[in-house]
Amino acid sequence: MYRYTEFDQQFVRARAAQHRDQLERWQAGQLSDDEFKPLRLQNGWYVQRYAPMLRVAVPYGEISAPQLKVLAQIARDYDTPDTALLTKAQAMQDKLPGAAPQLTSNYGHFTTRQNVQFNWIPLSKSADVMDLLASVNMHGIQTSGNCIRNTTTDELAGVAVDEVVDPRPYAELIRQWSTLHPEFAFLPRKFKIAITGASEDRAAIGWHDVGLQMVKNAAGEVGFKVLVGGGMGRTPVVGSQIRAFLPWNQIMNYLEAVVRVYNRWGRRDNLYKARIKILVKAEGQRYFDEVETEYQEILSQDGGMHTIAQSEFDRINACFVSPALDLTRLTDEWLAKAEADISKEAAKNSAFARWMVQNVVPHRNRALRAVKLSFKRVDQAPGDATADQLDAAAALVDQYSAGQARVTHTQNLVLPWVRLDQLHALWQAAKALGLAQPNIGLLTDMIACPGGDYCALANARSLPLAAAITERYQDLDELNDLGRIDFHISGCINSCGHHHSGHIGILGVDKDGKEWYQVTLGGSDGKDLSGAAVPGKVVGPAFSSFEVPDVIEAILDTYKALRLPVQGRHEYFIETLQRVGQDPFKLAANGARHPSE
Amino acid sequence: MTGPSASNDIASRLAPTSNKKTMKIISTPEHHLVESPAVLAVANDIDPRTLDLQGVKRIDLTFPKFTDGRAYSQAFMLRRRLGFKGELRATGDVLIDQLVQMQRTGFDVAVLREGVDASAAPRQFDRFAGFYQGSAVDTPPQFSKSD
Repeated sequence: MYRYTEFDQQFVRARAAQHRDQLERWQAGQLSDDEFKPLRLQNGWYVQRYAPMLRVAVPYGEISAPQLKVLAQIARDYDTPDTALLTKAQAMQDKLPGAAPQLTSNYGHFTTRQNVQFNWIPLSKSADVMDLLASVNMHGIQTSGNCIRNTTTDELAGVAVDEVVDPRPYAELIRQWSTLHPEFAFLPRKFKIAITGASEDRAAIGWHDVGLQMVKNAAGEVGFKVLVGGGMGRTPVVGSQIRAFLPWNQIMNYLEAVVRVYNRWGRRDNLYKARIKILVKAEGQRYFDEVETEYQEILSQDGGMHTIAQSEFDRINACFVSPALDLTRLTDEWLAKAEADISKEAAKNSAFARWMVQNVVPHRNRALRAVKLSFKRVDQAPGDATADQLDAAAALVDQYSAGQARVTHTQNLVLPWVRLDQLHALWQAAKALGLAQPNIGLLTDMIACPGGDYCALANARSLPLAAAITERYQDLDELNDLGRIDFHISGCINSCGHHHSGHIGILGVDKDGKEWYQVTLGGSDGKDLSGAAVPGKVVGPAFSSFEVPDVIEAILDTYKALRLPVQGRHEYFIETLQRVGQDPFKLAANGARHPSE
Repeated sequence: MTGPSASNDIASRLAPTSNKKTMKIISTPEHHLVESPAVLAVANDIDPRTLDLQGVKRIDLTFPKFTDGRAYSQAFMLRRRLGFKGELRATGDVLIDQLVQMQRTGFDVAVLREGVDASAAPRQFDRFAGFYQGSAVDTPPQFSKSD
């Protein structure tokens, strides 16, 4: 992981002190609500349906055990509504139609942008929480607001077998460059960058304002393929290639050009037309040309001051060496024995065998594996982790993964440095904690935003739907038989639950004050399984909340009826859909409508 | 692969005009739009490269709302690209918490919005020991310093 220098540490502490200063001026009436709002947002403080929400930045998803422990402490000591607030909130919750789940507190939530959110911290305690976060080099800088947000990357960065270049040092450089950039704090709208260095896109780069793919050219030099203008929301757009190869040390100068032209030209008259995707669509080549001109002027006239010095790259890159694991005895015999022991345990215990298949992925070091802890289970919302679970996860990370973990964009945790001979012990420990569901990549490993239960923007709730599907598909044989499916739920068109990229996507909409859900089919985030990034297509008019589980079932039954065998297995859902087209699925979905009860 | 380096000529033009990390703050009544060819008032959708800067001593840029950040890019281009050495004045919805970024993009004078108490301003300039990026007036950036 990146090691914070004295400069970095001091910077985060200064930022926490700045937030305290702003909070106190707001409390004293020297800052109006409207003046304070963009400031608190750029430190991650929203005001939500019932209470403030804090979004903590996890730069490119990398998190340490001590950081997880501090998140646990925040969940335990601060994520608590007082009795009056909770009573009032639950009373409002009880007025919602259907069975509203009991509101819970004292937990963190892993987000699709690899960050962590809390839901009940009073604003009056926000400065104390920022100080606590700063003690482990954490903060909420630019996790909200119309600025450059946290850069996201491949959850397997640095360990993936298909990696061309480790993207983490570049992600760290982009973190530094974008942090409190004086010119780009008040852009027309939010701005998200994703970066991958592997041949498979696990970072959904096509869905970002800027998507970066690390490549090597014919001469073996490292550079970036640059996409621009992707995004979800009301108008889903996949990014367009603006550069086939940009030398690695020019990335900041180039991003400066991309963002400056957006800052100057992006629309500010309509919130829904302010993202860069709308500018790129409207201006097309004219935008590309202006960026190129701007980039050349940055180099020739401004002195190209953000060219990355080799020595600085080397300093940062040195932070990302593999952790020292006690593998001095690594021999072919050691490997053979470790593998034989795993096979023996797997033969004895089918649950362990399933977990090995579903939750454990290959590693560039043959003595290691990356392990996914599943935060998708009954009775807890996707991606939620209580204070105790965060503490327990920290202990696992400490014991089994060199103190390092990743928050994934599918709202789980990855332990990237697990020794082969410790997998079984890790499985037992994770299982005891309820974090070993062997469902990674399957239907119940769904992405869901917090939705109308917590979010002030939502049109409908996500969590009761997520819970209904989770409960309905608890049979592991059935779940495995359905195979790999990306199932994504968003409670509103802001698309935090990435419904556009789901093989099956659900979007909450509001009609006459009631909750309705649009179903889309055939979306892709860009992973190999579903191919190039593309938004799903709507199957028909929205469904009521009680129809949705039946609609999902009808769609899945159609898949089972139509799928063909390929290479010794069934086609996956998306493969069948891509082969036969949407019509039979639409027919089934619309046929599952039933009159309101 | 090393990036283009600044020629001596560029380097001298880009030399910081001032290292003092503060701004002159004036109140609305002290701010007058002077009818003079030496003073330009520029709307925030104007490309600064289209301006005739001959004989211009002061340019007033404007923030219609403090959340409209276009004038930051204008200031940066005027200072760094066009080498404008005169006064860059921030006008409009100018508040305490944006002063430091204004200074870093090249403004040297700010007209605080009517009614804003200036007393919280000075400490904002002392808060951060440094920043990651190079700015219009203070270079190089953090990540090229070790070269």
